Amino acid sequence: MTSSQKTESFFWAKTYVHLAAGLVISSIFLLLVMIFIFAGPALFDQGHRSIFTWQWNPYQGQFGILPMLMGSMILSVSALLLALPLAISLCSLLLTAPRRLSARLIHMVIRFMTAIPTVVYAFAGVLLLTPLVRFSFGGSGLSWLTATFVLVLLILPTMVLVLNSGLKPKLDDLCPQGLAMGLDRLDLLWFFVFPHTKKTFLAAGLLGFGRAVGDTLIPLMLAGNAPQVPMDLGQSLRTLSAHMALVTANEVGGAAYSSLFMAGALLLGISALVSLISRALVTS
Amino acid sequence: MNRLHILSLSLLFCCLTMGTAPATTLKDFQGQKGTVNIAGGTAHIPVMKAAARSIMSAEPDIRITVTGGGSGVGVQQVGEGLVDIGNTGRALKESEIEKYGLQSFPFAIDGVAVAIHPANPVSGLTQEQLIKIFTGEITRWQDLGGPDAPITLYVREDGSGTRETFEERGLNKAVPSTNSNVSNSNGAMKTMIAQDKNAIGYVGIGHLDSSIKALPVDGMQPTQENAQNGSYIITRLLYMNTKGEPQGLVRLFIDYIYSKDGQGFIAAAGYIPKSKD
Repeated sequence: MTSSQKTESFFWAKTYVHLAAGLVISSIFLLLVMIFIFAGPALFDQGHRSIFTWQWNPYQGQFGILPMLMGSMILSVSALLLALPLAISLCSLLLTAPRRLSARLIHMVIRFMTAIPTVVYAFAGVLLLTPLVRFSFGGSGLSWLTATFVLVLLILPTMVLVLNSGLKPKLDDLCPQGLAMGLDRLDLLWFFVFPHTKKTFLAAGLLGFGRAVGDTLIPLMLAGNAPQVPMDLGQSLRTLSAHMALVTANEVGGAAYSSLFMAGALLLGISALVSLISRALVTS
Repeated sequence: MNRLHILSLSLLFCCLTMGTAPATTLKDFQGQKGTVNIAGGTAHIPVMKAAARSIMSAEPDIRITVTGGGSGVGVQQVGEGLVDIGNTGRALKESEIEKYGLQSFPFAIDGVAVAIHPANPVSGLTQEQLIKIFTGEITRWQDLGGPDAPITLYVREDGSGTRETFEERGLNKAVPSTNSNVSNSNGAMKTMIAQDKNAIGYVGIGHLDSSIKALPVDGMQPTQENAQNGSYIITRLLYMNTKGEPQGLVRLFIDYIYSKDGQGFIAAAGYIPKSKD
């Protein structure tokens, strides 16, 4: 290949990359513009002013989506609070005894779990977990608690893998000297690696939170979808994503429909914020 | 409902409606080619699919696609010209007819039945009790002669044709309590009620089977026969909608749904055929 041919093929490769990047960026931009244009009427129209209120009752002209926003937040936060200690323990196990059969098995299972579609989790939850929750807590079994448990299963693998890949190099660095000093891997992990890896923890937490907030099928099938703020773990709640899935099927145009775009914009805003923060943390 | 039942029902309807059914048969599709795209209400799917299969196996040059999406999707897609027929489980709103210039073709009657867990001894409700239950005024089964247990409410999502029918005809437009669980299809509703022995909810009569127990309301038995003869009043119509007057193959398809064959498919899906106005 002559050098001019090389330059030429390099030129085409560069153009191609730029085109691809431009296409992706502009379609995301268009998506944002579209959502905000559609959400516009819900925000600025006098008739639809009720959107930031606590009552969702389309037949009475009440289109408040705050219960759903609240539902999304408390469900994701509770799933995160439950998943984080679990993820840290699992990660400690994986890192301190990497060659043990049980650890390798767990690693395999966790990687396999990332490939399971959420509808499978949700369906299994409906059949197996709901009756159990109903039996122990009463009510319908479709509740904040049920959805939290299954969401934990969903976000756990992501969090474990992020923690693992963030902590492993640091631990490996410390290992020869640390082991020579008579400490074992668990000591090194707890006393030397953990205190200096706040960012990895934050990144794992934020990624887990982002997945939990964005998931639709698990809350749709397991949280009961009542448009209310739950007073205890046994009560039913509705998330923004489940709300959108429920309402889109039956509404076209009108206030309920445009309020959906507001819900979408909020959801998009939350996940964009979360992923920006976690990106900044991971790269810095 | 067992198969023999459905068969005899459909035969009965065929005999009853023979005079009024349009003469469209599979023969009219001979030599036709092209596509018909159908989307919308999920209750319609079994009927549409059966008709599509029957037409397509007779005339391989005709392609008919059937997808769901719900009543709203049906209106939007047919209005925007994305499909030829948009199905709804509710009458079109005035705004939808005006915006898109749609025409409606009601072709079947469906009843909505109140359903509870089969182990629940409660055997009937008055409409007044039904309203009190769903608005959250009665919260325990023992107030209705049932076991000492709280009632769990299940409703369908906003805008569902089944929900609209139930609230308008069954609850006299009362607003159900906001702590009701919401499920997004007849199938999901049935699963929930079958699992929860304190449940009360509602499904299309065609979806009733032994996994749930249908309750008479004010002594009205929820059966398709009673929905047909008017002695059960919690009923709705299923509609096909087109943008403007249907033409060509779409017209033939609609007439086929009203034909003897179509009435058979409707009855087999658990609904009552309605003759063309």
